[in-house]
Amino acid sequence: MTTTIAIVLDGLLYAAWLFLVAVGLTLVYGVMRILNVAHGSLYALGAYVAAWAVQLWFANRLPAAAGLLLLPLAALLVGVVAGTAIERGVLRFTYGRHELVLLLVTYALFLILEDLVKLVFGVDPCFAYQPYGLLGVVRIGRLPYSLYDLVLIGLAVVVGLSVWLWLEKTRSGRLLLAVIHDREMAMAMGIDVGRLFTVTFAAGATLAALGGALAAPRISVVPGIGVEVIVLAFAVVATGGLGSVPGAMIGSLVVGLVRAVAVHLLPQVELFVIYAVMAAVLAVRPQGLFARAEVRRI
Amino acid sequence: MTRGSWLVAGAIGLALAAGPVQAQETLRIGFVTFLSGPAAGPFGVPARNAAELMVEALNAGQVPAPYDRPGIAGAKIEMTVIDEAGGAQAQVAEYRKLAEQVDVVIGYISSGDCKAIAPVAEEMQRLTVFFDCGTPQIFEEVVTEPKYLFRTSTHSTIESIAAARYILDLIPGLKTIAGLNQNYAWGQDSWRDFSRSILALRPDVQVVAELFPQLFAGQYGSEISALLAAGADVVHSSFWGGDLEAFILQAAPRGLFQTSRVILPSGETTVWRLAGQLPDGTVIGARGPNGPFAPDNELNRWFRSAYHERYGEWPVYSAYHMARAILGTKAAFEKAAGNGGGLPSTDAVIAAFENLVFDSPSGEIRMALGRGHQAVAPIPYGVYRYDAASGQPTFEDVRYYAPECVAPPPDMKGIDWIGAGFPGAKC
Repeated sequence: MTTTIAIVLDGLLYAAWLFLVAVGLTLVYGVMRILNVAHGSLYALGAYVAAWAVQLWFANRLPAAAGLLLLPLAALLVGVVAGTAIERGVLRFTYGRHELVLLLVTYALFLILEDLVKLVFGVDPCFAYQPYGLLGVVRIGRLPYSLYDLVLIGLAVVVGLSVWLWLEKTRSGRLLLAVIHDREMAMAMGIDVGRLFTVTFAAGATLAALGGALAAPRISVVPGIGVEVIVLAFAVVATGGLGSVPGAMIGSLVVGLVRAVAVHLLPQVELFVIYAVMAAVLAVRPQGLFARAEVRRI
Repeated sequence: MTRGSWLVAGAIGLALAAGPVQAQETLRIGFVTFLSGPAAGPFGVPARNAAELMVEALNAGQVPAPYDRPGIAGAKIEMTVIDEAGGAQAQVAEYRKLAEQVDVVIGYISSGDCKAIAPVAEEMQRLTVFFDCGTPQIFEEVVTEPKYLFRTSTHSTIESIAAARYILDLIPGLKTIAGLNQNYAWGQDSWRDFSRSILALRPDVQVVAELFPQLFAGQYGSEISALLAAGADVVHSSFWGGDLEAFILQAAPRGLFQTSRVILPSGETTVWRLAGQLPDGTVIGARGPNGPFAPDNELNRWFRSAYHERYGEWPVYSAYHMARAILGTKAAFEKAAGNGGGLPSTDAVIAAFENLVFDSPSGEIRMALGRGHQAVAPIPYGVYRYDAASGQPTFEDVRYYAPECVAPPPDMKGIDWIGAGFPGAKC
């Protein structure tokens, strides 16, 4: 029983962390057809800025509970500033090119941002551990869990719902869906795709930064954290279907739960199991679980 | 004038400007250590710092006896530093370039890099000193008849055997162990040697969990749950750097350090950073008599204070390993040179380096294994206590395990020695 509860909770927690990163990646791909490798750098940047803000906050003994709010604020700051700067400053000059060119451009951005982060924050680890212990620990069955982790699961659900509501229930969201569905037709109908691209990219960047900022209290923020996360996020998004938000959710859940089952029951396969799931899904549905098969236009 | 005569004139001019011939002699040392990537912060940069400090102090003749003669065998040290990042293949290419340009190469933190470089060092016939990497395979499998290659740090088998002995001394009633190690050579070897040593010494102990998360995974929620559920007496983790820090930050609030006694054989680099976040009672190792476990001798006092003064932090074990490698090299050169002036030949240095016994901030180092190319040293472990008043880490129950007790005999592989039940060990 303990093991079952542990698998579900551990799986959900891992899935929550993955989803926060993957949803931004899939959103940007869906709308802009950019497989954004620099998404990992934005995750790292979110973690660094959050860690820096939290350090400063707690060093000055400011009210601890409010320190929690620094995490989403840091993410918003990174997302809006860096996201807009990257989209307006670099990406917009590459629209209309082949997807592979855009992939290379974002890879270049990723390398630049990695060095930039090193330049600004150095190679020594940054810590933001204070918020993690702030909420205390609860016992579920025989196992103690940090309340922060459980809040993280809830937050991922809220983010997922918000993105879904935005896309389905608001005007700008529906415009976005129209662009995802058929960009040329959407443009022909008079949708300002340029502006939507900026908004989408900033939103995607904010989600990546939010993943990083919320992870920061539980990790050591060091160079290279962006690389690890982008590889996993790609696996999730490929499993769920590139460009699909529900796909990112299901992909995260599948990967998270399968990994938790492996850790608890068959730890030898932990490393391999995530990619095994991806391979199995792609063997049956090459477009991923939720993406519709597309007719390729030549 | 022809080009040749210009060169001669230039050389004469330089010689005149530089003064006596002996002072003009230089020994070029190429250092290789991580300056970027996840290993830079915890190991690479402290090692680079130690190299800079030692080279400057040696050139200025500021290092205490027996290293108070300026330079190395009278020659001024000229240093080049190269980033170890980029993987083993890239490092082999870098090494080939570097070996052409310098007299000695001192480097390598990653065991993967060491394994790739070892045969190339022999092929290039360049004196090369591995200062930090821990895999036992270097002289046991990769280069079994070394000439140009030396390693002044101990290897992970020695350190893991000492860890096992320490745990059994600390917890005589040990019944169960569990492991959380990164899924690559260092993690797998460390766990294999530790768990097999425990089982060799106490066959009734049970292994209740063996977890191998991906290197740099960063998220250990599931692993911590599994370890909590397993409830082993002892949890062993050879994690290092950011992974170790993330594990501690995630595991400590959930009480893993109360459920199980946790041993972190390479945890010393984290002690200074996490301080109060690292729970009391954790068993810490420093891969030898380094950092807080270094002996209280003149060299160590000088090294600690000079390093702290210059960099504002205390030297961690990779810095000690670097200082050790440089001083070992100096000792070998000067033993080979005798009292005469001028740099000795490489063959003479190698003959002097083999089976050398030399002083370092980590105490006496003996080049006793791998045909005199592999160092042994006492291996200490201790129990961590955070002193809130001073904000400093302290260690209790510190015990040193002599090489006679934890190092395999020269003619035997470490893992075979463990399997045979440590024949000839004097503890």
